[in-house]
Amino acid sequence: MRPAGDSQVCQNSLALTRPPILKGLIMKRLAPAIALATVAVFGPQATWAQTLGSIKDRGELICGANGTLAGFGLPDPQGNWTGFDVDFCRAIAAAIFNDPTKVKFVPLTSKDRFTALQSGEVDVLSRNTSWTLSRDTSLGLDFTAVNYYDGQGFMVHKSLKVSSALELNDAAVCVQQGTTSELNLTDYFRTNHMGLKTVTFVTADEALKAYESGRCDSYTTDSSGLYGERLQLAEPSQHIVLPEIISKEPLSPAVRHGDNQWSDIVRWTHFAMIDAEELGVTRANVDEKVKSNDPETRRLLGSEGQFGEALGLTNDWAYRIIKHIGNYGESFERNVGQGSPLKIVRGLNALWTKGGLQYGPPIR
Amino acid sequence: MVEKIQSLLPQEPPRRPRRIGGIVLQIALIVVITGLAYGAILNVAQNLARAHIASGFGFWSNTAGFDISQTLISYSASTSSFGRAFWVGLLNTLVVAAIGIVLATVLGFIIGIARLSRNWLVARLAGGYVELIRNVPLLLQLLFWYNAVLKALPELRGSVGLPGGGILNNRGLFLPRPESSPHFSAVLIALFAGIAAALVLRDWSRRRRERTGTQIRILWPVLGLVCGLPLAAFALAGFPLSFSAPQMGRFNVSGGIEILPEFAALVLALTIYTAAFIAEVVRAGVLSVHAGQTEAAQALGLRFAAALHLVVVPQAMRVIIPPLTSQYLNLIKNSSLAVAIGYPDLVQVFAGSVLNITGQAVEVIAITMTVYLTISLFTSLLINLYARATAIVER
Repeated sequence: MRPAGDSQVCQNSLALTRPPILKGLIMKRLAPAIALATVAVFGPQATWAQTLGSIKDRGELICGANGTLAGFGLPDPQGNWTGFDVDFCRAIAAAIFNDPTKVKFVPLTSKDRFTALQSGEVDVLSRNTSWTLSRDTSLGLDFTAVNYYDGQGFMVHKSLKVSSALELNDAAVCVQQGTTSELNLTDYFRTNHMGLKTVTFVTADEALKAYESGRCDSYTTDSSGLYGERLQLAEPSQHIVLPEIISKEPLSPAVRHGDNQWSDIVRWTHFAMIDAEELGVTRANVDEKVKSNDPETRRLLGSEGQFGEALGLTNDWAYRIIKHIGNYGESFERNVGQGSPLKIVRGLNALWTKGGLQYGPPIR
Repeated sequence: MVEKIQSLLPQEPPRRPRRIGGIVLQIALIVVITGLAYGAILNVAQNLARAHIASGFGFWSNTAGFDISQTLISYSASTSSFGRAFWVGLLNTLVVAAIGIVLATVLGFIIGIARLSRNWLVARLAGGYVELIRNVPLLLQLLFWYNAVLKALPELRGSVGLPGGGILNNRGLFLPRPESSPHFSAVLIALFAGIAAALVLRDWSRRRRERTGTQIRILWPVLGLVCGLPLAAFALAGFPLSFSAPQMGRFNVSGGIEILPEFAALVLALTIYTAAFIAEVVRAGVLSVHAGQTEAAQALGLRFAAALHLVVVPQAMRVIIPPLTSQYLNLIKNSSLAVAIGYPDLVQVFAGSVLNITGQAVEVIAITMTVYLTISLFTSLLINLYARATAIVER
């Protein structure tokens, strides 16, 4: 408890009159402080040009990740980060340091993620983030390449006997704040002339808990997230994901606008993993493939050409990625696909040669 | 000799140079502070432009596009602007703060007085309440009320029907909405007339008491004027009030007045928490009045209630009001914990959804801070005015 009105205390200290000698002393004392403050405010100006250099100096990559989404970004009970988005940051670290463990993961909520990237707290944001025009332009960010094509879906309790999202008229829906889901949800119900009660929470965990306790009829997020979060419910089998996909959610890593070298490195880390899958280079056979006669494989793995150096890395950059992490398909299946509890099918994320959208530009 | 005496007298300080020096110093200080503030703003603007982050307040009139669960003014996701969302959030903050302050004050005074009770059990219960509530963090209490108490209410399908058509479930409390017909204004007029007449009556009885020294009991006439008169008007106008009961839909309850569980949890937590502190403030205030005051009042023949009302409380209020202000300000600021349970207050709506969609952290946070500062200063001002009006005038 504070003793008395604060305003009074302030007035007293301001009204205190000091002898003239003291005043001079205070001014002398203040002068360096003022000078320091002036330098602090006017001096350093933010430039984001040397991201790679500062990562090398620091000795580790700082990666903004989702700390709560199974399959994409989640520390296991031993504290090791795992997931599809986590693998991507490890791949970048492997390309730079030849060591996938040289990453520090910073768990971010959807609400904090952009500020953390803008302010330089993280080097790259790899946290199931949808690429939109306004985020690309007015947030000072650059999205590198879509590494997961997603769309928003709805989860409901089986007992509701709902088989389509179009039956959700007047339903209460729990959603996470600061996401494209929040906006798509409103759009979808408006377009279909349905009533809606939104209950918004800061974290996905809180929203999911509220859904589970019956505060909402439905929970909505990207469908990849729905599968992962359904596993966290007490009785996953009692909940179904509705068939409607109501939006396009191209999930992409993001970097700060203005450091083109760094955005090239992040972009080509993804393409290298796609190209490796297309060329059949895997974690298991990469050491043999280095000696391959196929020119495309030789260029990818650095046996031919100076492509890594052009990026500001070493020429075996892609070899390191595949050696430590594997190709795109391996990372997908291990974290979210058939090798994981999520069992998500490749769908849109299959290679373009197999009817999907994942397409890596040639390395040459 | 004269000189010696003069040197002993307090000397007038040489005033003019000191005053001019002071003014010059203060002007210099203002110039430096303004310059620093301007430089900081300029630097922020330059850095934002350099990092290609949008700045300025142009977003204010853009369409918001997100939904808000509790809106006291009309708001639609498809047409309302971010600015409108700001006002919705601000009103939600103010309504929680206002209700919380009223309830916490009532509960706090009751607990504070109870702790001074001569009844052992009552005093210990009040003491236990204060110690328990004061020492558990507010956030935990908030999560307790929201997750452990309100979410444990029956689900929609097992809703509890309340007498009079209300519905209670874990989606909230739904009460019948009163719908007045045009004749209802007669009841309001009768109510105001009754209150005015009661005030006149009170004034008359006080003047009579001061003149003659005899007291007339005016409780029943006052009750008759304030309650009886409007009720009579209500009956005469043909009961011009109907209630539209909330209806159970397939997914939700529709119609009626809706009280969200998030709102209820926040009000409960803020009220119960702040009341514990207010109780201590009240206890300190009452104890600060010397026992001799009560004894003197009783010696003059005042009954216990009159002694409390006329002698103890006015003196105790002098001690109570300044720390009470702090408690009110704390409650207003603590209402921003709404974020933890998804109540759409200013921080949740504006510094949450709006900040995220526009990405303009600097502007949004600056506005939010300014708003809390303004609310707090305004509350302080009101209470200081009240304190001045009720201050004891020394004679």
